[in-house]
Amino acid sequence: MEDAIVLKYQVIDGEFQRAGEVSSDVKHKLKQLGVPADIVRKVAIAMYEGEVNMVIHANGGEITVEITPEQIRMILADVGPGIPDVEKAMQAGYSTASDATRNLGFGAGMGLPNMKKNTDSMDIETKLGEGTTITMVVRL
Amino acid sequence: MTVKELMDKGWFKVINEGDDTERDIEKVFCCDLLSIAMGKAPAGCAWVTVMGNINTLAVATLADAAVVILAENAALDENATAKAEQQGVCVLATDMPIFDAALMIHEALNA
Repeated sequence: MEDAIVLKYQVIDGEFQRAGEVSSDVKHKLKQLGVPADIVRKVAIAMYEGEVNMVIHANGGEITVEITPEQIRMILADVGPGIPDVEKAMQAGYSTASDATRNLGFGAGMGLPNMKKNTDSMDIETKLGEGTTITMVVRL
Repeated sequence: MTVKELMDKGWFKVINEGDDTERDIEKVFCCDLLSIAMGKAPAGCAWVTVMGNINTLAVATLADAAVVILAENAALDENATAKAEQQGVCVLATDMPIFDAALMIHEALNA
């Protein structure tokens, strides 16, 4: 991966007002690199869902984006509570979000399914009490 | 119909012009639940909603909506207004209900 461009970001806990900043920044950078608009949109949507999840559920975390001529790989790592039942969490409409989160228009249980839908591969590693790392790839 | 052509009809109050008013509007999209909008809003849509918080702007930017129309006099709060300016998102507003506003745009698109 000698020609990979690597971007690293911190997602801050509880910063609902700032959720989306990382995704917006990645979107602008991909656009500047000349990545096709439909790919940029998929990456932006998947990343935003992941970013919001980190703010809602996981006390923030770290996002790494690796861009090569072949693919865009996003690694979203948090030290949150972990996902007790990944299969359930992947079901559209299943949500554990709080009322406060729902009042903001989120928490409909569409996040993880939407991330999967917009990426070519998605891998979830999670351990209760330790955290979750989600790796997503969008091929160019 | 471009965003500018929609603005020029004078139906809606311009909250923020945004930086791409020459963009074509492809479709009308209605939804207030951001989780759904993120997954379903088509690129280049005119998105009619009553949800006027900062996350609406993030979703509009990332899902690549052409213009956001706030219906039912829904207000854009201060943070969201700043975000709209910063991200160059076109935001319009009306006291019309969502359906009426959306239908008007739809009919103009298909005229």
